[in-house]
Amino acid sequence: MSYRALAFVLVSGMLFGFGLALSTMVEPEVVLSFLLWKDMGLLLVLGGAVVVTFAAYHLAPRVMKKPVAGESFGRHPSEMAVRTLAGAAIFGVGWGLCGVCPGPAIAGLGIGNWPMLIALAGLVLGAYVQGRIAQ
Amino acid sequence: MAALFPLGWEHYLAGGLLLGVGMSLLFVSTGLIGGMSTVFTTTWSFFSGAPYFRQERFVSSRHWRLVYAAGIVLGALLWLILLGEPFVTAVPYWRLAVGGFVAGFGARLANGCTAGHGICGMASLQPASILAVCAFLATAMVTAHLVRAFL
Repeated sequence: MSYRALAFVLVSGMLFGFGLALSTMVEPEVVLSFLLWKDMGLLLVLGGAVVVTFAAYHLAPRVMKKPVAGESFGRHPSEMAVRTLAGAAIFGVGWGLCGVCPGPAIAGLGIGNWPMLIALAGLVLGAYVQGRIAQ
Repeated sequence: MAALFPLGWEHYLAGGLLLGVGMSLLFVSTGLIGGMSTVFTTTWSFFSGAPYFRQERFVSSRHWRLVYAAGIVLGALLWLILLGEPFVTAVPYWRLAVGGFVAGFGARLANGCTAGHGICGMASLQPASILAVCAFLATAMVTAHLVRAFL
């Protein structure tokens, strides 16, 4: 991948990280208060993100032959399978226990939320165990 | 409104739109799909020779995914410098550790998390992602209520 493409990746990540901090998703307490039906803010975060991304995913391939610094437009590999739904259900149990999902675990480090390192270690280990079982 | 959003709603919507802008820029500039949990698998390909981690789709994306993660930390740091206050969670460490582990395992089994299925999958109207989002919202709500009731 070219340095130009990686620069775009970096800036995209920065926008995403800024958005996670601005929306307070980096605070597990806010996520947990959504899951406990006390604050519906997470729906606005998810809804806002999906609407904008939907527009890009549907318009860009129609008006551009290929990405500015890439070869082709990708697509999220969603597989209608037991493992997808079982994995999602398991993911939810962990998310409901700690209030942390992968993006905020990473972004939290940027705002000094250092206990996110513990969640991050858990995520990394969970991914390792999944990979070893899967092979 | 105050009952639904006791802390206000503007920052949620603005933050969410910004997540979409980041995801859209990534797509328009590189064609890449900005799921988040895959980085935890691809990074293992640097350290583990296990065949699962050595798959081409993981090895070929391991560099940009780390750059993306670094951007996320920097973006949150930029918010801290420009607008915000540092925040340290009071969620007990054991819940972060155990919850993180379970979430990491599940997200990788599902091949996506709140970003991959929640944003990218739903934005491309994929039925499996929409079902996955319903599944993890349901189990997360049940778990959070059980934790509050019994712990």
